[in-house]
Amino acid sequence: MLLSNDGEIIKSEFYVVNEDDALPGRGQEAQSVSKRIVSFKTLLNATEVSATAVWLDVDDKVEAAAPYLPRLEVIALNFPTFNDGRGYSSANILRSRYAFAGEIRAIGDVRVDQLEQMLRCGFDTFELADGQVIELAIRLLKGFPFSYQKTSDRMPLFHQRSAD
Amino acid sequence: MYIYDAYDQKMVDERVAQYRDQTNRYLAGKLDEDEFKQLRLRNGLYIQRLAPMLRIAIPYGILSSVQLRKLAHLARYYDRGYGHFTTRQNIQFNWPKLEEVPDILEELASVQMHAIQTSGNCIRNVTSDQYAGAARDEIADSRPWAELIRQWSTFHPEFNWLPRKFKIAVTGAAQDRAAVQVHDIGVRIVRQESAGKDEKLIFDILAGGGLGRTPVLGPVIKQGLEEQHLLTYLEAILRVYNRYGRRDNLYKARIKILVRAMTPEVFAAEVATEWANLKDGRGTLTKAEIERVKGCFTLPAYESLEDIVVLQRAKDDAGFSAWRKQNIKPHRMPGYSIVNLALKATAVAPGDVTDEQMDLIADLADKYSCSEVRVTHEQNLTLADVRQKDLHDLWQALTAADLASPNLGLLTDMICCPGGDYCSLANAKSIPVAEAIQRQFDDLNLLHDLGELSINISGCMNACGHHHVGNIGILGVDKKGAEYYQVSIGGSGREDAALAQILGPSFAQNDIPRIIQTLVAVYLERREAGERFIDTFRRIGIEPYKTAVYA
Ligand code: SF4
Repeated sequence: MLLSNDGEIIKSEFYVVNEDDALPGRGQEAQSVSKRIVSFKTLLNATEVSATAVWLDVDDKVEAAAPYLPRLEVIALNFPTFNDGRGYSSANILRSRYAFAGEIRAIGDVRVDQLEQMLRCGFDTFELADGQVIELAIRLLKGFPFSYQKTSDRMPLFHQRSAD
Repeated sequence: MYIYDAYDQKMVDERVAQYRDQTNRYLAGKLDEDEFKQLRLRNGLYIQRLAPMLRIAIPYGILSSVQLRKLAHLARYYDRGYGHFTTRQNIQFNWPKLEEVPDILEELASVQMHAIQTSGNCIRNVTSDQYAGAARDEIADSRPWAELIRQWSTFHPEFNWLPRKFKIAVTGAAQDRAAVQVHDIGVRIVRQESAGKDEKLIFDILAGGGLGRTPVLGPVIKQGLEEQHLLTYLEAILRVYNRYGRRDNLYKARIKILVRAMTPEVFAAEVATEWANLKDGRGTLTKAEIERVKGCFTLPAYESLEDIVVLQRAKDDAGFSAWRKQNIKPHRMPGYSIVNLALKATAVAPGDVTDEQMDLIADLADKYSCSEVRVTHEQNLTLADVRQKDLHDLWQALTAADLASPNLGLLTDMICCPGGDYCSLANAKSIPVAEAIQRQFDDLNLLHDLGELSINISGCMNACGHHHVGNIGILGVDKKGAEYYQVSIGGSGREDAALAQILGPSFAQNDIPRIIQTLVAVYLERREAGERFIDTFRRIGIEPYKTAVYA
């Protein structure tokens, strides 16, 4: 089930393709060739020259995606386990360094208690892991109103403080 | 000290509610064991061999008397009447019930405290110099910078799932009392620069130091960093580490392994590249914020006093003199002193304090030291602003409570981890070893004659007792199922930091006091005028000690 960052359950035309079983259990029906989210490796190997959506694993270097960004509509970042935090940095780099404006989607072991952290790092949509409760996800996505540090979507709290 | 504003309070309160919700879901079977473990660790709850252990953050070691009384209360109602101060300026309780932890956190929040990020693979409680703001050898007060780092690192959404735990220490004095060279990041205030009216601090940044299985002194990776860039630069380091630190092997996951594998030069270059994207960006500190936080650490209203050379009333009192000589440090203000309470009485686990002692220390802090107490990484407590004319009264009050051991910095002022008595990771017990050494060296005259000598004891490779930087280090090892101890010599955690060298084959527990005795005898025999234990070692090398021990 795909959740948007404003807490709506949404349908996307982009689906992750499970070409090499690299993404356990998250594959869905591919609808059309152009709407598949292909793996980064196939993109780099130029076997998917026209793909507009790609998924990156934690050891894929997000910098290498830079040349493709203008045509990409969706970048999905995989969380192989919930306690591997590399995807948070990848998302932040896409947003802050490359000003990527397309959709960033969290896929893999995406747990409800981490949604608010993902949101702060620039994720737009969340493909929840199996067994996660959607109502809870919607509640926890609200997160917290303030952040001490600069985040993808917020100025650091000290700016607010000096404005008070 | 730093006082929470409405934002800080709200953030901590909300997180207590969050953790209560997580605990409830876990108890209802709606949150799996693995995930809850990670969530509870980030709220300080660690499951030990005997019971859960709750580690409470004392940011850079500073406590108000009100907070200390709260800790006494928690020790009394949720624990067995005592707490354990750690080498990272935190306090641990060993017997809280998992279900009660949200209540404990709520009590803590009521006095502006928390247990956030005191365990787990995230940025831990930032540590600093226990004498900050009062020390005579200070370049600048490190506390505002430690607080700015505390806020930046708290709930950082990008860095909550690092390859491994991450520790940052800050020093602003000539003598490094924060051991910045053995931290994942060390922040060193090196000087103040002024351009017209504008004053600016300049930092050196170290990265990749650490103890544990692979002890390393952290190299300087950035010199001359201007103060407004501190947080963006730290962010760049953390990002590089989060992305490239090893996650396949627990023992190779600390940043020190990454820095070494890349080489400090390449690591520094990688950080510089990342920083180029962040520098002068939205995370850059503003003058207003620096001033706001500095404003929380204004100096107490010191009286205008003069230094007292001899305290008339007390000059014949040998116990007081010994304590004064050893436990009192010079203060930047005339007529004031820094007082250390060595929590190292024989037969008490180093760093342990009872609820009554905490209450008493809180009262004494109110009466004699601006209502503030500091926790040191040597597991002692400090009253940083005591009028010299009050020293004798304070000493008497401390003596009555068994808190006046005159052994600060001496051989019996040992750093010691909880070890096999409490910790599930231990190879061997550490507390009984400390006690046996204390019993062996019970002659105060000898201790004073030996002078500065640190013994650090860890129950396993994780090195919570910092054995690598003890003048003498003792490490619990497992030898075919039996508890043995490896002894090393020559370490230092100060500005002249050095890693200790292993003496040779390990020893049984009973042998340890004798081994220490032998090492000390070599020093006494070979020392030259004015040499500390470590100085003699540096001059003569390890061989004479080896020969004596293994003869
Ligand atoms: S050094 Fe080892 S035994 Fe001691 S507290 Fe740390 S993990 Fe436990």
